[in-house]
Amino acid sequence: MSIIEKNLTELCDAVQKRELKSEAITKAFLDQSTRLNPKLNAYITMNEKALEQARDVDKKIASGAKVGRLAGVPIAIKDMLCTKGIKTTAGSKILHNFIPQYSAAVVEKLEGAGAITIGKTNQDEFAMGSSTETSHYGICRNPWSTDYVPGGSSGGSAAAVSARMAPMAIGTDTGGSVRQPANFCGIVGVKPTYGRVSRYGIVAYASSLDQAGPMGHTVQDCATIMEVISGKDVRDTTSAQEAVPEWSKNLTDNLKGLKIGLPKEYFAEGVSDDVRKVVKNAIDIAKAAGAEIVDVSLPLTHLGVAVYYLVATCEASSNLARYDGVRFGYRSDFEKSPAVDVDDFYSRNRGEGFGSEVKRRIMLGTYALSSGYYDAYYKKACQVRRLLRQNFLDAFKKCDVLLSPASTTPAFKIGERIESPIEMYLNDIYTTSTNLAGLPGMSVPGGFSKDKLPIGVQIMAAHFQEQKMLNVGYAIEKSLNLTREVPNVVR
Amino acid sequence: MIDVKKVAHLARLAISDDEEKTYKAQMSTIFKHFEEIASVDTKNVEPLITPTDMKLVFREDKREVVLTVEEAMKNAPEKSGNLFKVPPVVG
Amino acid sequence: MSYGNWEPVIGLEIHAQLMTDSKMFAPESAAYGGADNEYTSPISLGMPGALPSINHRAVEFSIRIGLALNCRINPHSVFARKNYFYPDLPKGYQISQFDQPLCEKGFLDVFIDGKAKRIGITRAHMEEDAGKSTHHGDYSLINLNRAGVPLLEIVSEPDIASAQEAAEYARSVRNILRYLEVCDGNLEEGSMRCDCNVSVRKKGDTKLGTRTEIKNVNSFRFVEKAIDYEIQRQIASIESGERIVQETRLYDSTKNRTFTMRSKEEAHDYRYFPDPDLLPLVFDSSWTDQIRAKLPELPREKATRFQTQYGLPEYDALVLTQERGVSEYFEAVAKICGNAKAASNWVMVELMRELKETDKSIEAQPIKSNQLGDLILLIDKGTISGKIAKSVFAEMWASGGNPADIIKAKGLVQISDTGALEKIIADVIAASPGQVAEYRSGKEKLFGFFVGQVMKASKGQANPDLVNQILKEKLKGS
Repeated sequence: MSIIEKNLTELCDAVQKRELKSEAITKAFLDQSTRLNPKLNAYITMNEKALEQARDVDKKIASGAKVGRLAGVPIAIKDMLCTKGIKTTAGSKILHNFIPQYSAAVVEKLEGAGAITIGKTNQDEFAMGSSTETSHYGICRNPWSTDYVPGGSSGGSAAAVSARMAPMAIGTDTGGSVRQPANFCGIVGVKPTYGRVSRYGIVAYASSLDQAGPMGHTVQDCATIMEVISGKDVRDTTSAQEAVPEWSKNLTDNLKGLKIGLPKEYFAEGVSDDVRKVVKNAIDIAKAAGAEIVDVSLPLTHLGVAVYYLVATCEASSNLARYDGVRFGYRSDFEKSPAVDVDDFYSRNRGEGFGSEVKRRIMLGTYALSSGYYDAYYKKACQVRRLLRQNFLDAFKKCDVLLSPASTTPAFKIGERIESPIEMYLNDIYTTSTNLAGLPGMSVPGGFSKDKLPIGVQIMAAHFQEQKMLNVGYAIEKSLNLTREVPNVVR
Repeated sequence: MIDVKKVAHLARLAISDDEEKTYKAQMSTIFKHFEEIASVDTKNVEPLITPTDMKLVFREDKREVVLTVEEAMKNAPEKSGNLFKVPPVVG
Repeated sequence: MSYGNWEPVIGLEIHAQLMTDSKMFAPESAAYGGADNEYTSPISLGMPGALPSINHRAVEFSIRIGLALNCRINPHSVFARKNYFYPDLPKGYQISQFDQPLCEKGFLDVFIDGKAKRIGITRAHMEEDAGKSTHHGDYSLINLNRAGVPLLEIVSEPDIASAQEAAEYARSVRNILRYLEVCDGNLEEGSMRCDCNVSVRKKGDTKLGTRTEIKNVNSFRFVEKAIDYEIQRQIASIESGERIVQETRLYDSTKNRTFTMRSKEEAHDYRYFPDPDLLPLVFDSSWTDQIRAKLPELPREKATRFQTQYGLPEYDALVLTQERGVSEYFEAVAKICGNAKAASNWVMVELMRELKETDKSIEAQPIKSNQLGDLILLIDKGTISGKIAKSVFAEMWASGGNPADIIKAKGLVQISDTGALEKIIADVIAASPGQVAEYRSGKEKLFGFFVGQVMKASKGQANPDLVNQILKEKLKGS
């Protein structure tokens, strides 16, 4: 098996056992990236020091020094996460030249465990999108079929892992941005419970929804990364003090005693036959592994997208106010035509720096928060959000995890939905509620469509109950044995 | 009807007349969809902000040097000495 | 000040900068000054991904103030974002508190001409300060050292009925802040800022008039003058048929007038909403109890105690308790000399005059409390006269020396030796035969002349009581 076909756990083992050098591993993934990035556009920026850092790890290992559990293994980082000394754009022109002086807590923890940041992955601008078509740095393509979107907003991370340009990537998930691209690209993507992972240093889209998570080839790989990146960070008051379990060690495919709920609203009309077939198969696997299947209801599901877009755009309209061209980032050319006043200065920096989807969402949020509309939109959405969460809490009285499609269809074609924002928003119907309720969720590969496009299965659990969810994913993964499937473009 | 120009000004976004037209149409469609939530009875329901129950932890009042001045100014589009420079602000 | 048929309605918003080491939501220094942009972090620069975390001590200080202002302390309050664009506001929003503040519904009794007046406190909420912009013609420069410094905004009810009351209220708040050691109350440096909301209405009206806000008045004297001007201006405007415009005004102290800050007031739409980066400010009410138990004695309580414990008049007690430092100094002096009335006089008259003239604080002045106590003891023991003591005090102020040393070095010890005094007196009598004759023939007013001569001959060191006694004896004649 070639280096790039190994998964994260195998690479970590190989480094620890001195079977492979970090330099060789890093070089293999860099070469693959050099070969495929022109085709897929999965990365915005490569870490020029990756090889140098890999050699440092090798030296350290050779000298017998103690190294972290991820020592020498490259990981791709979504461009939403600040990386000290490496350009961080969030997919936006407004940050085209921004080089942070600090790293996100997630990046600090990964690097602290010895991982090498290989590059910064492409994404929808400020994570606002479900297709990675809104990036200022060009659209990203699905490795399984390059006419299709990789999903979004963490499309670059999903494409990079799927095309073996990195063994693991970090994504962020505000309304499905880890799970949906994982689903579209045939990999595992996990969004931890809101608060598991510090948001410090992650470009904020919607603060009460954003959560970073791993995107990899196996459930075990993702569980390992979650152990590294989770835990309380005093810099983020919304990070939880909850103890971090050893998920990767506790994985089991024996689901005896576990109750899996099927939310009926997630199997409504509109779910394609391909998706239905794959999810049904996953249910059968879980049953065979000992799980009990129960029907549950989440009656407010149909409002999830509306509540999500209200909450997310309101928070975003304020979170993105800091991009003004005063202290960093894009500034319009005022030499050519001077600013009339400060308002003009701001409006031009922001009007030119943000793309159209971001501007649309900023305006939606600005309007929904503005005087006279706050109660009907923002406040009302937050109230419905509580009821929606209660739907889940009630469901979890009857079951341990929920299983559903991650989206109604597999990946769609590039350009197919970009012209109609509302259609694009409705894509997110099965993923947004998880974020609104703060629950952990994941997508695990479940099979392929007739056209050979990957289809994932979504699993959700109660707050901080990631283990149960991971176990179900693990059982499906073991039974299907799809983790070595690679898109044709890889070879 | 949404006054897109006014909203764009409030958000400090320069938009063209064409953009204004497009946004106006799109935003009214989107808000029509959003208005579905009005049908839910939310009497006496506390708005939910942070979805996970967590205990607040304070930061100890301890002084730290986080950035040097050079680091703070490194990304500045325009500066004068170690101050950020912008067009004149009135008031 | 009387306003005729008009009744002013005044409310104050006082911003108190809390004396924490680090900022409200960021770990860098909150100190005043610093080199340009020296005290910043990704948080106060509003860099991508930076998040606020709440300074424990800032909350504690705020609770302290809330309790001292008799407020209800809400164990559940909420930080909200106030959204607006300004170059010295890095995030494009200020973290403040909106509909759920930390402190609510308090009051403060202020004393005007010995009479108590209760001013309601609507609320006191926590927020972060903005940075500083300076303007240079065709560009402005931004310094963010101050951005994120913790503030408590104390909002009074519109209970204040005159400019004098407003100034007195502001002074009382300042005294309390300083007692609590949470804010140094320096209006000039901006560590305490005062915005005054002023309106007028006809006496007997229940409806409030349109109000204006006077911003950033930087001394208590100016608070009084600015409000007085504004009241007169509003009355004159209305009487001449004009309408008061709701606006923000600034006070020009050199011209003693207020003027419109912005000609075109933009309608603000701050789009307040709960900050999703911060959990609600929730704490156990036992924390409030602990803070309450550790509150120092406050100015008003202390003044009452001074009246009963030391038998001081109310005026003295109020003056001595305005500053915590002064009150503690007085008590130390009184303890050493055991003469509270004398201690009060020396502190109030001599010491406070010097403080005022040299603009020094009680902590930074040269005379230690034990030294002033010793000086009073020396007077009471008869070692020096009260008059000599004043010159000793002046020397102490100049050199910081001990009174006994100064007296010794300058030979200022009072002459209480009867033999020595008799000799001086004998010389004076011998040198003034004419006056002696007149005195003895009944012109007793001349007694003062002889005392003066004796004091002059003794360089002021003669014990005045003994001089009187011996002179009377000797002048009786033989």
